Amino acid sequence: MKRKRFPWLEIVLLIVVLTVVGVLVNNLAVNLIRTGLGLSFEWLWQPAGFALSEHTLPYQPGDSTAWALLVSWLNSLRVIACSIVLATVLGVGAGAARRSLNPLLRQLAALYVGLIRQIPLLLQLLFWYFVAFLGLPSEPMAPIGALISISNQGVAILGLNLSVEFSAVLVGLSVFTGAAIAEVVRGGLDSVPKGQWEAFRSLGISELLGLKKVVLPQALPAILPALSSQYLNLAKNSTLAIAVGFADLYAVSDTAITQTGRAIEGFLILLLSFLALNLLINGGMQVLNRIVVRPAQRT
Amino acid sequence: MTKRRSLISLLSACLAISACATLGDGDASRVDLIRNRGELRCGVSGKIPGFSFLQRDGSYAGLDVDLCKAFAAAIVGNPSKVQYRPLTAPERFTALKTGEIDLLSRNTTFNLSRDASGGNGVSFAPVVFHDGQGLLVQRNSGIRSLQDLKGQSICVGSGTTTEQNLNDAFQSLGLPYKPIKYQDLNQVVAGYLQGRCQAMTSDRSQLASARSGFEQPEQHVILGDVLSKEPLAPLSSGRDQQLSDAMRWVVYALITAEEMGITQDNVDNKLQQAQDNPDLTKLRRFLGVEGDLGDKLGLSNDFVVNVIRATGNYGEIYNRHLGPDSAVPIPRGLNQLHRDGGVITAPPFQ
Repeated sequence: MKRKRFPWLEIVLLIVVLTVVGVLVNNLAVNLIRTGLGLSFEWLWQPAGFALSEHTLPYQPGDSTAWALLVSWLNSLRVIACSIVLATVLGVGAGAARRSLNPLLRQLAALYVGLIRQIPLLLQLLFWYFVAFLGLPSEPMAPIGALISISNQGVAILGLNLSVEFSAVLVGLSVFTGAAIAEVVRGGLDSVPKGQWEAFRSLGISELLGLKKVVLPQALPAILPALSSQYLNLAKNSTLAIAVGFADLYAVSDTAITQTGRAIEGFLILLLSFLALNLLINGGMQVLNRIVVRPAQRT
Repeated sequence: MTKRRSLISLLSACLAISACATLGDGDASRVDLIRNRGELRCGVSGKIPGFSFLQRDGSYAGLDVDLCKAFAAAIVGNPSKVQYRPLTAPERFTALKTGEIDLLSRNTTFNLSRDASGGNGVSFAPVVFHDGQGLLVQRNSGIRSLQDLKGQSICVGSGTTTEQNLNDAFQSLGLPYKPIKYQDLNQVVAGYLQGRCQAMTSDRSQLASARSGFEQPEQHVILGDVLSKEPLAPLSSGRDQQLSDAMRWVVYALITAEEMGITQDNVDNKLQQAQDNPDLTKLRRFLGVEGDLGDKLGLSNDFVVNVIRATGNYGEIYNRHLGPDSAVPIPRGLNQLHRDGGVITAPPFQ
């Protein structure tokens, strides 16, 4: 048996990391003392003093800053959750279409993925908001009867009212992430041996059924890990909502920081909130992984 | 030996005195320096329509620019002897401190930190434009006051206290509203023009400047309501009492001339009247026909006449650049004379 080497490298690395962290923390503490600030979270309980354009829980400018941040966190959560659903539908559809037998469907999906992946997300969001949604007439249009009505003041689907800002972020994030998910799905489908496709086709099973029963169960283990990292990206990209006037967590923290001057505390809260959000998504994906992948691997 | 010592002490005394004399030379007022140079170096922005904006022919025009001309008329005796230095906001105080410019006339907010010696340590002349946060609405919207904006969407930018001022105003009136917050002014303008908001908010001078770039500026109006205080004033480095006094009283002369109804057109008539009628003592003192007010400031005794001939009174300057017929119309509001309901007033010329 080989004798264990003394871990010089690890120890040196540890010292370097601790020194860097120590210098940063010391720097922060010294500067905070010098400017007479010091860390304080008292301001969280002061009245916020600004209104929010949309909120799911009751909110007034006289409520505390902490409450304003929580309300905006829920706004973020809402748009992220809806975008994840819509992006998954779009992505799986487009990914499967790229391996479809129908050439038109294949080309359309390739065009969508190719186009969307080449354009920065910020530009796409600005396009959806300023050109697509605000370009709508101010009088509501109802293309499919009472089912849906859209104008540049808002969108109503089956009596559910959505602001244009929310709609633009939802569509922008979903379309952008959908293109990335389409590639993930295509990669997963390609990882399934060609013989599997030929097998179900030769048995006369329909494309959709074969995809569902034969190919996808084998492709999922390759798809899921990459999919969850796309979901995490989507959550982080949602902070670009500030560019199109959506009152998400980042936009509201920005206002709170400007008004209180508490930049360090504000960013700490922002970091922790996003950590919590992404841990939530990560946890959800691990549960999904356990439910979907393990049984599939057992069979 | 003693002789030698006394000689040395005499010599050193001479040296000390001459050293003091050189120091004294350095203390000569900037006013004399400007007069000897024959030209005033005035810091402006050059990018704000109505305040200081580069014209097509390469000259500058605006309220801030006219003040430079008034100062030059008072100090040098000729309003065209001005060298304009376009400066960005971060550059302006450095340029003033290093003496690159004599004075700054660049829509700068007068506040304690800038005035105090523990802060920027500059010296402000009287406020020449009371700016403040305002609201821009469509002319045909029927919105005439804050009350009409009840429950409406208002486009607002990030990064200043704009949101707080907006909320303070609406909350104190008990009016609900919807702020649509964007990251910068261009997006605020786009959101407003696309019809997302019934109003947009920013400093009134900025609203007016932004509006002058719209396709149909006359279709938009700035409401009379002002939500915050942003008093703009010219300033000097704070090391020169004589220059800051001269600037202070040039601005007061512009205001007093408007109070007394003296304009660019009638100033020569008024001067004639003052010279002919010894009973008009107030007018005679103001125009330097009698007394020594100008001399006390280290200016020519008739500096007021030079200033009014060059730029007209305060009201004329305002109307030329920000009046209803100008390219950047801003309602006078607080900038009216005190007797007309504004806050513009001047101490007596006595």
